[in-house]
Parts: sequence; structure tokens; C-alpha cells
Amino acid sequence: MSKSTVDLPPKGGFSFDLCRRNDMLEKKGLKPQSFLKTGTTIVGLIFQDGVILGADTRATEGPIVADKNCEKIHYMAPNIYCCGAGTAADTEAVTVEAFENEKFVLYCRHGQLTAAITSLPYRSRIKSCYSTDTSEETSFQAEFHNFQLNYQGYVQAALVLGGVDVTGPHLHTIYPHGSTDSLPFATMGSGSLAAMSLFESKYKEGLTRDEGIKLVVEAICAGIFNDLGSGSNVDVCVITKGHKDYLRNHLLPNPRTYVNPNGFTFPKKTEVLLTKITPLKEKVEVIEGGDAMEE
Amino acid sequence: MTKQHANWSPYDNNGGSCVAIAGADYCVIAADTRMSTGYNILTREYSKISKLSIVHSALQMHDKCVMASSGFQADVKALQKNLSARHLIYQHQHNKQMSCPAMAQLLSNTLYYKRFFPYYSFNVLGGLDNEGKGCVFTYDAVGSYERVGYSSQGSGSTLIMPFLDNQLKSPSPLLLPAQDAVTPLSESEAVDLVKTVFASATERDIYTGDKLEIVILNASGIRREYLELRKD
Repeated sequence: MSKSTVDLPPKGGFSFDLCRRNDMLEKKGLKPQSFLKTGTTIVGLIFQDGVILGADTRATEGPIVADKNCEKIHYMAPNIYCCGAGTAADTEAVTVEAFENEKFVLYCRHGQLTAAITSLPYRSRIKSCYSTDTSEETSFQAEFHNFQLNYQGYVQAALVLGGVDVTGPHLHTIYPHGSTDSLPFATMGSGSLAAMSLFESKYKEGLTRDEGIKLVVEAICAGIFNDLGSGSNVDVCVITKGHKDYLRNHLLPNPRTYVNPNGFTFPKKTEVLLTKITPLKEKVEVIEGGDAMEE
Repeated sequence: MTKQHANWSPYDNNGGSCVAIAGADYCVIAADTRMSTGYNILTREYSKISKLSIVHSALQMHDKCVMASSGFQADVKALQKNLSARHLIYQHQHNKQMSCPAMAQLLSNTLYYKRFFPYYSFNVLGGLDNEGKGCVFTYDAVGSYERVGYSSQGSGSTLIMPFLDNQLKSPSPLLLPAQDAVTPLSESEAVDLVKTVFASATERDIYTGDKLEIVILNASGIRREYLELRKD
């Protein structure tokens, strides 16, 4: 009686049950499945009294637009919002998980954004889900070589996280592998290069609110128009001390270009090809009161 | 000697969609003008509808037959050049323009000639046949072709084709005697339908967009129309 034969329910975290099977199937030539990806443009910048985040609203599945108006700026705390790029499910899970992380919430409650954020990347590069130890920066490098327990970018979430706390405005980017940056302006996603080209040429310190929004909108539009993974509308979120403005669909630069003036008609029913009814023949005769069944 | 990259491919896909609709006395051929690779747009103003007239100024392939092609535009260019050269030779030898069904057969042969290193191009050929009726020929990359009433090729074809099927149900090609494949729509209705399918495909296909080029062929000649599409 060394080991219990009863399987205990999992305590949480990911299930890796099918990894070996999938690996075998892939070796036999099965194509790995694709996920809903938000081939995205997300940006953020610090202006004179806070942070502005921006995002496009297209979600793609390969070459197909899966959602024309999705939300990529996620709520994390009253003073913190987070833009997500990468696999839609992962960005959502990571932001939700961070929100559920006690330490994160604790720091948020005390209004310490930086502390809250440094508790975040450990979740975004979720190592062992059972571990609660977060000795931050050192663990990252050690982890990088540990192929067994962390997710090595398999959790595909690239984040731009911004907020205002007691110490002022903060803007951070978190890469899929878990490293973080703290910057005055940042871009992420497939449209990041297009957006960054605008930030690099026009960003300066001490932008006013209107200048900041204008620059963010321009950067997102650069992504929308020049990157096929990004598209549709511009979402903006302005966070200042004790206040935020979530400007959903701040700009709609891509209306439908043509609507048929006459509308369309669709056939109302399936065409009737045959009206003759052929009754089924009875093939089995049922005889009541036959011989008793043999035992 | 430098080592070749192991994953290098001689092909690329530049995306884009093509549609052709044949009517009783007209033919509408349309394609968007976006050319892209990966997540990048190479140009927003690239005509996918063949202008083989460069070789011989009097023809648009000639004015009874045009081809719209998506796929790898370098291959498409090579294919168009080849076809227009062959058409020029034909004109010199026969002292007349090639008919649309003849051009359709030539295109098939040209594609099949490269069966084992194909032109990566997906074509629809549209025009007027010898009786002046609209005709559309649809192809795969290696030359299999069929005369149909309407067709769509390219990155948005999976979105466009079911809608055309719903709106322009065509008779089975297996029916005897052979049924006429042309659509019952009037010319302006067909142009409206083409505009709608492209506006719709642009909403959901990232490789279709920017501008729609429509070529209309009828007894009075050739006409072009343009429609702006979404640019994101």
C-alpha cells in the first residue's frame, strides 16, 4: 500500500495530459492546431499627467478576421489597465490570473503599481503553478534554462501595462518569455514596428492629454493600415491620478465601403423535387405468443 | 560556397481575390488591387487583371477576353507574358484574334506544361465566346479547367464562392442536354453583386482590400469601374 490508487483531482494550473499524445500525432504528420490570435497593434505612452494606452480591435485566425471589434485593453484595477497581444485566450488568462493573484491585488489596494507589476511577470511566465515563491529577477534567468517547468513563451501573451499610483505614472511591457521593460513609450504586437516608427519620430516628454491621445491614435492607425494583422477601430484608455477615461471605439476609420442598394433575397425553403410518397414495406412479421425462450 | 537556407521557397503568396460572372451578353471580371506578403502590404494599387496589351497595343489580351489572377504575382507576370507572346504569334499566323474558348485552352496547356514546377497562380478567365455570350473559365494552378457561369479564386474565394452559389445557383454540369451556365442577372445587377461580395470579403479576409477593379465586357466593348475598399 505504498501509493493511493485513487486519482486526486488536480489542484489547479495547466493539464499536460495530452502533450505526449499530441507530440506523437505531430510526428506522424498531424498539423498542430491553430489558436485565435490577436495579430495586434497595442501601444502605451506616458504624458504629463498620466498614461495613455491604445489598441486596435481586430482578432484574426490565420488569414480570417475572427472578430472585427474585440477589446484588447483589459481592466486590472481601478488605476491599472493592460493591453494584450498574442493568443487571445492566453492574454485573457494572464490578465485574469494576475487579477486573481493575491499579491497583485494586495499591492493594488495599497496603490503601489510598481510593486503590483513586479508581482505580475511571475504569473505571465507562469512557472510551476503550485509555486508561490516570486524571487523576481534572479528566478528569470534560472528559469530560462529550465525547459521542464516554465512555459517558455508557449503562453503567448505580450502585454503593455500602464497605470498611475502614489509614485506617479508607470508603463511596462511584458514579453512572452517573461522579461519586462519600464519605458516612457512602448508598442507590442505584429503592428509594433509601424506604431513605434511614429513614437520614435514624434514622442517627447511632457505631452498634453490631447497631444498624447493624438499620437496614440496615429500610432494605432499606422498599425491598422500597414499591418494586416491589425485593423478595424481604435480603442484608447487615458489614466490619470484618481481618474480614467476608457474611450472604446475612439475612432472608426474603417466603415463598410459598399452596401447593395437593392438588398438580397434568399430562397425561403428547400426546393421540392418529389411529392410521390412510397410507403415502407413491412419486412418483419410479428407473431404473438411464440415458444417460450430457452433457458 | 554559401550555404542555402534550408527553408527557402521559390514561391510566395501575394493574396488577393478574383471573381468573374458570365451573363447572356456580358461578362464581369473583378479583382482587388492589394498585393501583400505575410502581414505586410507591398502595394495598394496592383492590377491583378491581365493587361497583355503591353505587347500588342490593340488588345486587352484582346478585347473579348481578360484574365484575373491571384497567387504569386511574379509567376502571374511570367504567365501573362508567355500568353501574350503566344497570342501575338497566333495573330501573325492566322490574321485574327484568338477566341476566348481558344485562349482558355491555351492557358490550360501553358499551366500543365509546368506540371512539376507549376506557376503558383489561380486564374479566372472571362470574356465573350464566338456567339457573343458571356463565358467564364476557372482554373487550378496546374491547368485543370472548366467553363462555368461564375467563379471566384484567391484568398477570399472561400468566403465569396458560397455566397455566389446561393445567389446564382447554376445547373449541374452533368445534366443532359447541357444547360446554359450563364447567370440570369442583368449587367448592372451583376456589377452590384460583385461590389457586394468584395466589400464583404474585405471585412473578413485580411489579404483582400484597398480597391476593387471591375472590368465589364459586352458587345459595345470594354469598360472599367473602380470601388474603394477597406484599407486596414
